[in-house]
Amino acid sequence: MTNRIDRTFAALRERRQKAMIAFITAGHPTLTSTVRLAVALEREGVDLLEIGVPFSDPLADGPVIQASSLTALKNGVTVRRVLDMVGQARRSGVRLPILLMSYANPILRYGIRRFAADAARAGVDGVILPDVPPDEGGEIDRVLARRGLHTVYLLAPTSSGERERLVLRRSKGFVYYVSLTGVTGADAKDSSRVIESHVRRARRGSELPVCVGFGVSTPEAARRFCAYSDGVIVGSAIVRELSRTGLSDASAFARRVVRPFVRAVRSVKAGGD
Amino acid sequence: MPKKPTERFHSQPDRHGHFGPYGGRYVPETLMGALAELEREYAKASRDPSFRREFMQRLHHYAGRPTALTEVKRLAKALGVRRAFLKREDLNHTGSHKINNTIGQSLLTLRMGKKRVIAETGAGQHGVATATVCALLGIRCEVYMGEEDVHRQSLNVFRMKLLGAKVNPVRSGSRTLKDAVNEAIRDWVTNVRDTHYIIGSVIGPHPYPRLVRDFQAVIGQEARRQFRVAVGRDPDYAVACVGGGSNSMGLFHPFLASRARLIGVEAAGHGVSSGQHAATLTAGRIGVLHGSRTEVLQDADGQIQLAHSISAGLDYPGVGPEHAYLKSRGRAEYVSATDKEALEGLQALSRLEGIIPALEPAHAIGYLLKNKRRFRRTDTLLICLSGRGDKDVEQVSKVLAL
Repeated sequence: MTNRIDRTFAALRERRQKAMIAFITAGHPTLTSTVRLAVALEREGVDLLEIGVPFSDPLADGPVIQASSLTALKNGVTVRRVLDMVGQARRSGVRLPILLMSYANPILRYGIRRFAADAARAGVDGVILPDVPPDEGGEIDRVLARRGLHTVYLLAPTSSGERERLVLRRSKGFVYYVSLTGVTGADAKDSSRVIESHVRRARRGSELPVCVGFGVSTPEAARRFCAYSDGVIVGSAIVRELSRTGLSDASAFARRVVRPFVRAVRSVKAGGD
Repeated sequence: MPKKPTERFHSQPDRHGHFGPYGGRYVPETLMGALAELEREYAKASRDPSFRREFMQRLHHYAGRPTALTEVKRLAKALGVRRAFLKREDLNHTGSHKINNTIGQSLLTLRMGKKRVIAETGAGQHGVATATVCALLGIRCEVYMGEEDVHRQSLNVFRMKLLGAKVNPVRSGSRTLKDAVNEAIRDWVTNVRDTHYIIGSVIGPHPYPRLVRDFQAVIGQEARRQFRVAVGRDPDYAVACVGGGSNSMGLFHPFLASRARLIGVEAAGHGVSSGQHAATLTAGRIGVLHGSRTEVLQDADGQIQLAHSISAGLDYPGVGPEHAYLKSRGRAEYVSATDKEALEGLQALSRLEGIIPALEPAHAIGYLLKNKRRFRRTDTLLICLSGRGDKDVEQVSKVLAL
């Protein structure tokens, strides 16, 4: 077990804890924010970090992440620059698992082989591409796996039993359960009971941790989702605040915005599920 | 010249929706179920004679098909070819070929029991065609349209409202067609359980490129029959404009196994070298946009570039994956015409034949006029006139001093 993602989930399981996964967009609000935020979020107790590689046409994202992507692109963020940021974060002592979240086109343009090599060298542990379902991800999977990188696939409330099995078989590291039928940052409209039973079934169907994202807007929602999952992904709630206030003191930001989420996640102990 | 007329181009895509390296299904997991449902329903409908019958009846009694094949003798003389014919998609109800596809997809919507339809539109032609069939069949309709296009095509916005549709101006990204597609997909991701998304071109995730092609293939089926009656054989060339590529794919598909040479004309805007154009197959690179792998206008970092064309209907940085495939296999040739050449085409057809074309097919006419030397005196041409020019007259009047 060499991938940081696996080691982190194993350690959390050992401690009977759930995972707090934070999402930020690379180069948002400024180019220098990302490394500072990575350091501060790890100190605040975040377990895994997802860094968004901006794309001009982010069709799975709601207005908050769209706006942050646009800002990042205006700041000159490219795949190469994001990899440099990850390398810099590693050199600054950041040790938590880092996943890059993007869309197919920027990664394919960079070249999937070159991307896998450079990402592994920079210290990336996994990749999430919401517009690449396992059906189309065969080659990407194989190339990334050769460099020890995990491809995390998404599962949705609309996924059939057959698709659920496909996603559980192909996802590595964990499964990203999309808690709502919609784009990132929207309010969860789907019945929480449906989500709960779906997540529980997915966890029974596989050894993989199942984490919930897309609708985790408050610490209370984080606590609720953690009761029956292996963790939560908090994105728009963090990015919205970054857009609103900018980033002067990363530690103060993490304390104010992210600490309540970490506390909510830590308040749930495994075993109760 | 086609490499081998026997190559089985017409059997594409494969069962995963791939046309060679192109096509596929690059969408969020949330939509995978709905695409599978659409694929299943379409397969069932295709085997159901009553579906085919209803589709053909509506095309006949409502859209006004078959559309005429008009011989254009003065244009042929200007081009120096033996004979030239226009397939008159401009004579359809709502003024373009778009209604062929919206009739087909709205019937599928009813079969799937969905209560609401969404669509994207650029120039407004597909939006109007969707709003029209939704009014006809009593389906709730919302159309996404870039804010820029809402201003440029205010008359079509009013038409859609008159037909009872809700028009949602899109303020994200570049506020044009590509962002309208993004926003429609986001709506679909959110409302997928009760909503069908009527994509207007041969783009998007499988099965859309195939489904839209099949509904538009009526253009080529009729034209091939009519041409054979008029001339006694297939044309030497079949020519159509390409934005996303629905009228051209509809024209080309029934000719794939024939000897006819196929020419798609893209919009070169201010010129391909200017960087302000929509000539995706000429200047694009393989990528992923709006759910399928295809040729895309993009920068070195994989960000989608803005297209430019005087014609809002061609102003799109992607293209249907089957066109990318036909180009890669050498079965169809893709060329381009600038804004200026399209305006010349529009004027020429108006004056020579008394037919004012839409700016989109005016690109095909403009290309032919400029490149008439490539044709022989013995050649016969079939040109798809995908829409009428009424919608563009106001815009053209601002550019042309007559």
